[in-house]
Amino acid sequence: MKLRPGRQVASTVDGTRMIVVRAPGDDIVLTCGGAEMVDPAEAGTGEGGVADPGQQEGTVLGKRYTHDGLGLELLCTKPGQGTVAVDGEPLVLKEAKPLPASD
Amino acid sequence: MNVTMLLDMAAEGFGDRVVVGRRQDGLTAVRLRELSIGGARAVAAAGADSILYLGVNGPAFPVAMFAAARAGVPLVPVNYRLGREQLGRLLAGHPGAYAIADEGQLEMLGAAGLAARTPEEFMAAAADGDLGEPGEPGWTDAPAVLIYTSGTTSAPKGVVLRHQNLVSYVLGSVEFAAAGEEEAALMSVPPYHIAAVSNVLTNLYAGRRFIALPSFSPAGWLEVVREQAVTNAMVVPTMLARIMDADGLDRSVPSLRTLAYGGAKMPPRVIERALAEWPHVDFVNAYGLTETSSTISVLGPEDHRTAFASTDPEVRARLYSAGRTVPAIELEVRDEEGRVLPAGESGRIWVRGEQVSGEYAGQGSAVDERGFFDTRDRGRLDAGGYLFVEGRIDDTIIRGAENIAPAEIEDVLLRHPDVADAVVVGVPDEEWGQRIEAVIVPAPGAGVDTEALREHVRSLLRGSKTPDRIVVWPELPRTPTGKILRHDVVTGLTAGRQTVS
Repeated sequence: MKLRPGRQVASTVDGTRMIVVRAPGDDIVLTCGGAEMVDPAEAGTGEGGVADPGQQEGTVLGKRYTHDGLGLELLCTKPGQGTVAVDGEPLVLKEAKPLPASD
Repeated sequence: MNVTMLLDMAAEGFGDRVVVGRRQDGLTAVRLRELSIGGARAVAAAGADSILYLGVNGPAFPVAMFAAARAGVPLVPVNYRLGREQLGRLLAGHPGAYAIADEGQLEMLGAAGLAARTPEEFMAAAADGDLGEPGEPGWTDAPAVLIYTSGTTSAPKGVVLRHQNLVSYVLGSVEFAAAGEEEAALMSVPPYHIAAVSNVLTNLYAGRRFIALPSFSPAGWLEVVREQAVTNAMVVPTMLARIMDADGLDRSVPSLRTLAYGGAKMPPRVIERALAEWPHVDFVNAYGLTETSSTISVLGPEDHRTAFASTDPEVRARLYSAGRTVPAIELEVRDEEGRVLPAGESGRIWVRGEQVSGEYAGQGSAVDERGFFDTRDRGRLDAGGYLFVEGRIDDTIIRGAENIAPAEIEDVLLRHPDVADAVVVGVPDEEWGQRIEAVIVPAPGAGVDTEALREHVRSLLRGSKTPDRIVVWPELPRTPTGKILRHDVVTGLTAGRQTVS
């Protein structure tokens, strides 16, 4: 799907939700637990199937996950057990460097 | 996309933490979420199309903000100091609003045909009834907040900030749950200021408790900082000036770690005094507009210290800059023909980013075809990418054929030790079109020789930038949020107001 900043994506195999912070604008197939992630409106329809037991690294609430090669950054808004990946390549947890609080 | 997502994350991630108000009786993240659900239900039951908030800052403000978001209607915080006529015009534009107002404003709202309740009554209504699991708010691109600009240079315009703008701002500048449990932020600007809106969102998302000061006084501010062990605070420059200038105050703030300032020009005298008085505090200068969902560039603590300690004039000057743009913002300085200017040259500041709205109610978007928004501020970048904001384009003085930015002259005046405050304006002139006049406020205890001050300006700038007249006033007309009312200055000068020197 086309990932635009601000768009939310949902796992079909667990409760994982991510929001797009940065995206290249191309079509990208995101997976969670091996199953393609979808628009939240289509999540929870029971068609998710079974998660890949080999992709169960999990996500942490509020953490950022990146794919540097693609210039992709997602932020976890609801954590889950599945690994979020592109083409089988897991996204990498980004070490945060907060800006000084300005307001 | 909806700002309630930020509150849901907070309630999920650190639900028991007190995030609003005093530690002893404030609201936890979970309670704030419950009240927003109850508030949204009350708004929906009233069939309202917005929440209008006409009051001082307090715990009802964040509840109203998230109740509006959950109900899918915009929050409209309104300046409670507006004159009757101006307020009446503004209220007439929101006939379907759910109004929350301080006691003294209820009659005015009644006259405008709006049913209103006090912040306390709203909180009681929000706490009433079923506060259980709500439906998920729509993932729409709807307006979250409508803020009227202060209208110091033109009639007030309603700036539309969409959920997308505000959430992007938060995700672009704050890390989730990054604040320690002991951290507390003190907010001193009123709800109709963009910083009050962004402050609610960024502090909540960081997990930092925030306290609102209903009305500012130097003694009151210092007391709350000490009593509530405040670690972070945001002020406008006039507030910091008053804190530093007030006689006989205990200015100790042992708990304070970060002081952010913005919203108007900071006089060098004031920031230098504060840096010396509070060496343990990190100072942050934030530059932004309502139209950009708050901060777009930041001068951070290290920048302050490096500049303050430097003998290199270019580095030292950065103490008076707005720092560097935040990562989510692209900035261009352009000339009047739209060409992008190199570092060192002054022009119009244009910005682009997800947090930039640039949209006005009833007027649509004001961004150009590349998505850039004209801030109508003048400025320049230095070789290191530091942004120097040189005032509003609309304030430019045209003397003869020459365009003169008042900020350059004001900077020279404000750096003079005898000057506490200064403004430079163009006054209608038959020969020149406009002539340059300055009004200054003397530093406490200082006597000012205005002719000597003119010579001082002439020695640093050229003759054509030297004010034709400098007069002394006891204070400058400013909005409560620190912006100079230049139109009132010109009126005062042309009315032949006498100097008191």
